[in-house]
Amino acid sequence: MQITKRLFLSAALAAGLSFAGASLPETAASAAWEPVKPIEFVIMAGKGGGADKMARLLQAVIQEKGWASKPLNPINKPGGSGSEALLHLKGARDPDHTIMVTLNSFYTTPLRQPKIGIDIATFTPIGRMAEDTFLLWVHKDSGIKTIEDFAAAAKTAGNSWIMAGTGKLQEDQLLTDFLNASYGLNMKYIPYKGGGKVAKQLAGKHANSTVNNPSEQEGFYANGDTVPIAAFTDNRLEMFPNAPTFKEMGKEFVYYMQRSVVGAPGMSAEAAAYYQALFQKVFDSEEWAKYRKKKSLQGDFLSGQALMDYWMKERDIHKAMLKKMGAL
Amino acid sequence: MEIFQHLMGGFLIAFEPLNLGLVILGVVLGLFIGAMPGLGSVNGVAILLPVTFLVPPTSAIIFLAAIYYGAMYGGAISSIMLGIPGASTAVATTFDGRPLALSGNADKALIAAAVASFFGGTVSILLFTGFAPVLASIALDFGDFEIFALMLLAFATFIGLGGDDIPKTIFSICIGMVFSAVGFDIISGEPRLVFLDLPGFSRPINFLVLAIGIYGIGEMLWTIETTRGSPTMSKAVLSVERVLSNLRELLSTWKTAVMASFLGYFVGILPAAGATPGSLMAYGVAKLTSKDPSKFGKGEVAGVVAPEAANNAASTGSMLPMLTLGIPGSPTTAILLGGMVIWGLTPGPRLFVEQEEFVWGLIASLYAANLFAVLINIGFIPLFLWVLKTPFTILAPMIFVLCLVGGFAPTRSLHDIWLMLIFGIGGYLLRKLDYPLAPAVLAIVLGPIAEPALRQSLLISDGSFAPFFTRPIAGPITIIALLLILLPVFKYGYQRIKGRGETQ
Repeated sequence: MQITKRLFLSAALAAGLSFAGASLPETAASAAWEPVKPIEFVIMAGKGGGADKMARLLQAVIQEKGWASKPLNPINKPGGSGSEALLHLKGARDPDHTIMVTLNSFYTTPLRQPKIGIDIATFTPIGRMAEDTFLLWVHKDSGIKTIEDFAAAAKTAGNSWIMAGTGKLQEDQLLTDFLNASYGLNMKYIPYKGGGKVAKQLAGKHANSTVNNPSEQEGFYANGDTVPIAAFTDNRLEMFPNAPTFKEMGKEFVYYMQRSVVGAPGMSAEAAAYYQALFQKVFDSEEWAKYRKKKSLQGDFLSGQALMDYWMKERDIHKAMLKKMGAL
Repeated sequence: MEIFQHLMGGFLIAFEPLNLGLVILGVVLGLFIGAMPGLGSVNGVAILLPVTFLVPPTSAIIFLAAIYYGAMYGGAISSIMLGIPGASTAVATTFDGRPLALSGNADKALIAAAVASFFGGTVSILLFTGFAPVLASIALDFGDFEIFALMLLAFATFIGLGGDDIPKTIFSICIGMVFSAVGFDIISGEPRLVFLDLPGFSRPINFLVLAIGIYGIGEMLWTIETTRGSPTMSKAVLSVERVLSNLRELLSTWKTAVMASFLGYFVGILPAAGATPGSLMAYGVAKLTSKDPSKFGKGEVAGVVAPEAANNAASTGSMLPMLTLGIPGSPTTAILLGGMVIWGLTPGPRLFVEQEEFVWGLIASLYAANLFAVLINIGFIPLFLWVLKTPFTILAPMIFVLCLVGGFAPTRSLHDIWLMLIFGIGGYLLRKLDYPLAPAVLAIVLGPIAEPALRQSLLISDGSFAPFFTRPIAGPITIIALLLILLPVFKYGYQRIKGRGETQ
């Protein structure tokens, strides 16, 4: 409750300061670049989702430690699988003060919507804060305990087996396609808006399975409603030791969701260096380590050219996956 | 016993100095907002929503609920004094309240309204306390089929019970649905209705923009035109003896108050029905069951008691589906729902488990808000009369500024301000043509819930509509909804037959 109060106060303060800051003359660039006005912190997803929760935590940590001389001003732009946010960054009037929290729709949305004319190679890499994980979930009452049980049950049900997921032709559907192909299944994929809604479908037994992130199923799992069957990771997750990875079961499929911070295209090198150092500091903080552990987040900190290389590699992987699904 | 413990915990939260202060402030603000012509609980909550980002979510909802409550009390005041409903929920109050005021009994009508509101509020909070957790536990059974059936019922109540011109109501719903479809299609992921390729239309139109546009700017224009800046007043006399004799007279209407409270509460629970149809239905039933229905409309106290008890009961009732199912029961709770999302809370079945403090703090604060509202209302009656004398030419610019700030704050986008102005003017013109606008606001709120639910259902059932009728929960709801939609047709046919019988 205390944190939320502070968040709202700081957001309101930031909104007020942005008026004050806009009227100040730009200070001459000195040795180290510093923001001269509040930083616009765009969130490429809706309120309450994984990306949103993470962005607000990042902002709170930076604010509390006083690591930035100007406040971060979070604003959600979830429209069109993130295309609203991407367009906003591309057209940013002040690229040095515009950064964004992003996820895998950073690759898929520009690929699927060439009309918006976004080339992610022009964006400024700041920091990859984590890779979120995916697991295959079923309801406790289904009695399914292993992937073999799952495959048998889903095979019998055929097209009436319902897999709920977030959005069309996004992460969850990619994973569903993999399961269908690898186990000879014909599950029916139903898209919902947001991971929380998907999790609720499973808890209410309106769907037979989901491929949620741990943070989305956390509540129902804690309540004993849902069970993870297998993980789309390299190694078993500490939180769910009984869920084997697909890798150890002989299916070479590993899939992560990036949780990264990206700067607007055209950001100056000095500003980019400032943000890269800032988020490195956040990554190394105790608060972030705690959050990563609680939400089973993986992955190291990537920045600069290494992050850009990672994006290009992931974009190619997603392009191939989308092609295979007939989405391109 | 468990409920009792929760409630005690809730009272501890509600009586924290900050929260108690917010209850009192909210009730006072709500009373004034509700009392002002053209402003109702929707406007009050919508305009003041951004203010709540400064306090924790529990305090924020307590503040907004207090405004909601206060506005329900206040709405009656201008209905009685000016003959202009202070809010849509108080429309029915003008039927008998205004004749009472014109005959020099304004004080009787005002006190009847206040006491009936208190009674309706108390009954509904008791029902809320007792049944909310029960409803919460079955809420998870609502899948796509059930949710769409509920949405159908919500739209049906507007068509079947609204009483307005039905083709116009349907038109208004359709406009709201079109606006709600702007942005990106969730099922296919494709952009749609991106007017003029403006990036502002790549996200859905915020219902707040439509609500403030229509209720704030549109109503203001309407009031300026209809009153020419000088609403006429009626005099009211207040004295202790009159108050006491009025209270005695009120005792005889207790049956009406009980009926109206229960009816209002259950209509309020129906998603999207809310307090306006609740109060109209209560008035209708009171008239039907009265020994002398001809007195209604000429200054019958029961005609004030029924809608006022019902609209307060409905306002509490409509919070239940909002909290437990994430479905708003009225335009005002739709805005509260939007607020909860901004505060980072997810309304729905888990809310009662995950946010105990929030839920029970809210419930306990409703008791406090109800008590303070009746006391402040009666105490402030002379003051309201004075405020109503403020020239509207002074009030109007202040309301206008509040509307702009309220529309800009949530998204910080100028696109929304322009849109709001257009909606305001469009709403004003539609109102001149006698189109009901509440259905449009309801549709923009419910459209994004109803549309995916329908399409997800049809995906699951391979295009078959049968599950809407055969599933145990969805079936009865769908059938009631269809009956309500057909109700005006039955009524029309019945009147035709009856009319023929009388002429023969």
